[in-house]
Amino acid sequence: MDVLHQVAVHFGSGVLKIAQYRTRETYGHFGKADSVLERKLGMYSILEKKVLSDVTKLMVVEAPQIARKARAGQFIIVLMHDKGERIPLTIADYDRQAGTITMIFQEVGKSTMQMGTMQVGDGFKTIVGPLGHPTEIEKYGKVICVGGGVGIAPVYPIARELKEAGNYVISIIGARTKALLLWEDKMRAVSDELIVTTDDGSYGRKDLVTVPIKEILESQPGRIARIWAIGPAIMMKFVAATTKPFNVPTIVSLNTIMVDGTGMCGGCRVLTDEGARFVCVDGPEFDAHRVDWNSLLSRMAFYRAEELQAVERWRHECKLAGAVAKGVE
Amino acid sequence: MAELTKKERMKIPRQDMPVQEAKDRVQNFNEVALGFTLELARKEAERCLQCKEPKCMEGCPVEVAIPEFIEAVRSGDMAKAARIMKDKNNLPAICGRVCPQEVQCEARCILSKKGEPVAIGRIERFVGDFELECSSCQVGRGESTGKKVAVVGSGPASLTCAVDLARMGHDVTIFESLHTPGGVLVYGIPEFRLPKAVIRAEIETAAKALAIRILTDHVIGRTLTIDELAAEHDAIFLGTGAGLPMFMRIPGINYNGVMSANEFLTRVNLMRGYQFPEFDTPVKVGKKVAVIGAGNVAMDSARCSLRLQSLRSGGNEASGDEVHIVYRRSPAEVPARLEEVHHAEEEGVIFDFLTNPVEILGDDKGAVRGMRCIRMELGDPDESGRRSPVPIQGSEFEMEVDQVIMALGTSPNPLVFINADGLERSRHGTVIANQDTGRTTMKGVWAGGDVVTGAATVISAMGAGKRAAADIDCYLKGELGW
Repeated sequence: MDVLHQVAVHFGSGVLKIAQYRTRETYGHFGKADSVLERKLGMYSILEKKVLSDVTKLMVVEAPQIARKARAGQFIIVLMHDKGERIPLTIADYDRQAGTITMIFQEVGKSTMQMGTMQVGDGFKTIVGPLGHPTEIEKYGKVICVGGGVGIAPVYPIARELKEAGNYVISIIGARTKALLLWEDKMRAVSDELIVTTDDGSYGRKDLVTVPIKEILESQPGRIARIWAIGPAIMMKFVAATTKPFNVPTIVSLNTIMVDGTGMCGGCRVLTDEGARFVCVDGPEFDAHRVDWNSLLSRMAFYRAEELQAVERWRHECKLAGAVAKGVE
Repeated sequence: MAELTKKERMKIPRQDMPVQEAKDRVQNFNEVALGFTLELARKEAERCLQCKEPKCMEGCPVEVAIPEFIEAVRSGDMAKAARIMKDKNNLPAICGRVCPQEVQCEARCILSKKGEPVAIGRIERFVGDFELECSSCQVGRGESTGKKVAVVGSGPASLTCAVDLARMGHDVTIFESLHTPGGVLVYGIPEFRLPKAVIRAEIETAAKALAIRILTDHVIGRTLTIDELAAEHDAIFLGTGAGLPMFMRIPGINYNGVMSANEFLTRVNLMRGYQFPEFDTPVKVGKKVAVIGAGNVAMDSARCSLRLQSLRSGGNEASGDEVHIVYRRSPAEVPARLEEVHHAEEEGVIFDFLTNPVEILGDDKGAVRGMRCIRMELGDPDESGRRSPVPIQGSEFEMEVDQVIMALGTSPNPLVFINADGLERSRHGTVIANQDTGRTTMKGVWAGGDVVTGAATVISAMGAGKRAAADIDCYLKGELGW
């Protein structure tokens, strides 16, 4: 009998108490946890999955203690299994009533590829959060929310809350190509104006997101109170460079390499003109004009070789599994 | 065995513990010290003079009845030895491995006046391991008091406090931020010093026997706050340790290859980076690694680096790989345990004393290529009583390294203090708590371990957890007011 079951038996009524905290009993970690039992203890299981593009997936996950506290701008750390890595993901949405959080991720490395294979009913070993500082939502006036690629997901709750706070919200969403765009409808619903761009012109304007930003700042001088931009680091770097001459406060949400997400490792640190800061506890949002972007980009590439090696290995394993499945047939 | 005379006992030499040879052990992450056999343990136990007024106990922060458990080992009654041990110390297999016995119990041993002290730590470890194998003494939960206690963190202070409280009959829940309980024992101390299986077994045994709930993935301050815990519990113990790494305030700390010892060790230990790609978290090791600092964490980082290098090169001695400990003071001030320094030396770590980095140098790709260092000399004693290092003018030189690991100490993580009104802290960020009782300035909240003292030892944290548990118990029973 596996350890988890023993503990479930041992605690008897204790299991109910755990349910009060609405979290998963920890003893599952001590043995090979039976996934059925783990799900019975009821946490972090996938309730809904949507394939947004070949490489972009949406998952609604049961995590009531996080949904209860989550606010726009915060992030979570997920860990798939005992051999997995802790991955930081920005919270795309949350439902306090249902006790769920929504995450959207792009398959860029081995772990996110494997996550993409998870199905409804599967569970994560760990989801922890909400981490980082929430977005400072106020009535600023006219604001711009920029989302690039999978960065559209975390900018959505920010746009929504800014709109609710009475701001005039101009949203700009962009992606390399049409297939990588997401949540156009949801963004439109919370924006006063919405501009869509693609790099290749397959949908919306054929532009980088920085082009419409510049147009707005030029045509409405002094009218834009604040800009949020979330997307690939390189996009955020160029948004920062675009808005700097106009001196418009520009907030970016950084997603650097981190392990624990609680301030313990310092791997996520970013250089600002005030010195090194930890993205996990000081951020994840930063003043884009104070970030040393070159240092950030070089730090994000530190494990590139290992990432490629892991992807290679994963693809090989998938191929083998496929071949075995075929052989069995 | 026949009874020996005192003279005969004193003739028995201190028994060495079998260890993996240095050249073998740098090629694996398995435990270095292999532990006493039953024969060795009993022979070492014969050396104890069974003093009428044992000094050794005074050196133990949790007051284990040392002569009694050693006598039980000598007579071969391991179950009895385990029972005596567990009466005070719930984690003997862990303490037997990581306690600095040489400055605690063993330093007070009467035998150390003329020769070598009884190897109390090694016998303790033997008893702890025996107990994990046989589970001969089940400590049970006390009769329920109906009082609920929240214990924040699951390192040594918290575990000790939780176990004692549960034995007193309180309903204990541990809140841990990581995905595995154990705190610094699992993320900080490497497998070759303290195997994860030992930690897991000690925690699992205690938690099961005492019905202690352990909720992982709970970051107090974020997932729940102290105020929220206070509303649902009769008492709170904070044993959140000192998890925040310090970086030197010198130029270049953001180059690729510069990292905190916390990050390096967490990747290696908690996430098992040394088994990448079987495990998903990668860890890198340079050709020339500099570890800054000379505490136990620095030794652990250096020895992990050596092993990673050796795994990479396949044990090739001509690989040119090097690991340096760079320390601004002299050998006499090294804060690490002597045994750890000795192990590191044996394994090939190079020590650069009286050397201090003043700048980290990077290449055009943003990666570390070296450090500019300055030679130091010892001046007058500082507030810690150690002679303070003073830079020697004009002695700067460049050291070629491609990885820098900062092991400069840690401070408490401030996340936990979000929404904890009335909880006062020192200017170092540590919680202000009464040394004898653990009481903080917030009613119903106790604290102990590194979160109060700053980074210290496992056993001193356990001592603090124990004292707090005793005070919490009195408070909950109404014997003491706040």
